[in-house]
Amino acid sequence: MSRNHVSATVNGDQVEFLCETGQTLLEALRDELRLTGTKEGCGTGDCGACSVIVDGRLVCACLMLAVEAEGKAIQTIEGMATGETLHPLQRKFIEHAALQCGICTPGILIAARSLLERNPNPTEDEVRYWLAGNLCRCTGYHKIVDAVLDAAREMRGG
Amino acid sequence: MRYEAPKTLEQAIALLSGANGQARVLAGGTDVLIQLRSGRADPQLLVDIKAIPEMRAVVADSGGYRIGAAVTCMELIENEVFARDWPGVVDGVKLIGSVQVKGRATLGGNLCNASPAADGVPALIAAGALVCIAGPLGRREAPVEDFVLGPGRTSLGNGELVAAIQLPRRAPHSGDAYLRFTPRTEMDIAVVGAAVYLTLDGKGVCRSARVGLGAVAARALLVPAAAAALIGTTVDEAALERLAAAASAACRPIDDKRGTKQFRVKVAGVMARRAAAIAIERARRQG
Ligand SMILES: Cc1cc2nc3c(=O)[nH]c(=O)nc-3n(C[C@H](O)[C@H](O)[C@H](O)COP(=O)(O)OP(=O)(O)OC[C@H]3O[C@@H](n4cnc5c(N)ncnc54)[C@H](O)[C@@H]3O)c2cc1C
Ligand code: FES
Ligand code: FES
Repeated sequence: MSRNHVSATVNGDQVEFLCETGQTLLEALRDELRLTGTKEGCGTGDCGACSVIVDGRLVCACLMLAVEAEGKAIQTIEGMATGETLHPLQRKFIEHAALQCGICTPGILIAARSLLERNPNPTEDEVRYWLAGNLCRCTGYHKIVDAVLDAAREMRGG
Repeated sequence: MRYEAPKTLEQAIALLSGANGQARVLAGGTDVLIQLRSGRADPQLLVDIKAIPEMRAVVADSGGYRIGAAVTCMELIENEVFARDWPGVVDGVKLIGSVQVKGRATLGGNLCNASPAADGVPALIAAGALVCIAGPLGRREAPVEDFVLGPGRTSLGNGELVAAIQLPRRAPHSGDAYLRFTPRTEMDIAVVGAAVYLTLDGKGVCRSARVGLGAVAARALLVPAAAAALIGTTVDEAALERLAAAASAACRPIDDKRGTKQFRVKVAGVMARRAAAIAIERARRQG
């Protein structure tokens, strides 16, 4: 196996790491960069726990090779709060009790953030479709959808 | 395993040809990574095609479109001009996994992976799309329905790859649509998929039609008999009945956990009929 050198930015910081060709971006984030906020649920693109944003696109970090991250701008859950100040989505998830075990939460927060960046005023249906690739085995989704809609309302200044 | 991201098509072809069949093209990787993980694929070389500029573009070409093989599903969905002309192709693309999956997956990869249930393929067949293939011996084109040979098998030779998919000029008064049957509305694999592309004349009579079916045989099918049921009619109830019967008759499905043969045969007719109803609605609206 050959080692590849990758340089990219993660949450605005320049990072460099070495990876095997077969290593996923998810493994590189967690094992090489020690950013363990991004979770592995399935490793096969089905659960969305590994959701990150790469050059503005919501993707599964388990479906992307680490070498493919060369030159890319990656956003993970670790970059969502500003210092001690939580992002409105994070705050609303706590207020609405939109999490229980929390495994799905980083992925859902990242996915919701990417939705609200595109569509600040989504309908409930649009939220449900956008989050269809994020599985939660605990909450039953209602509280998650409520939290996203409420955060959207607040972020629009209503 | 080595990774290369060539910047030109020529370099990509040279890498593939030099690897004695031990190379894999990497587009969005949403099928490739799963196959690597499970051990079903064990190539010595991955050739990432995303750094090749001509593969990244959707180009208007002789009234139609050339979709580069590395264009992602999300990019295609967001391309409003394309979606206006080929809404049925976009119906299929929208069904390929979650937003996350579509952020990486390509239509070219959907075709080359050669799954009989690939959601992108029936509407391409109905539209009369061509696969633009490039290889060590130059370029060639093939109709989509002839490109896939069976599950996991395509007509690509050693060193060849798909450069683009070419959609023809959409005819006036025409419309296309794709529908699939799945137990869940999202994140599921088609039990049956059906696509219809039809053209009306000024009097509302169907002048040409093409019907594509997915997940009902070893590969997606072009069904001329189903199209013939529509041509020369106003796509009335009787014509739709004949369409459904012809679509069902063309199925050569398997029994599996997603559906029995009998169920697939029946549902193929229903899906074809419903897709035709959407296509005709779009044809009337688009003028
Ligand atoms: C969670 C999940 C859900 C999914 N849901 C669906 C669904 O609902 N419907 C559906 O149809 N599919 C679905 N898929 C399958 C997959 O996402 C699609 O088939 C996708 O379109 C593949 O495109 P890709 O660019 O990721 O292909 P890749 O994985 O990059 O490639 C697929 C295959 O084609 C070859 N290849 C790719 N591009 C070329 C080229 N230009 N020339 C030659 N060979 C090439 C590769 O070598 C590989 O063998 C799903 C996948 C996942 C992980
Ligand atoms: S871990 Fe990536 S989708 Fe489940
Ligand atoms: S909170 Fe446990 S999986 Fe969602």
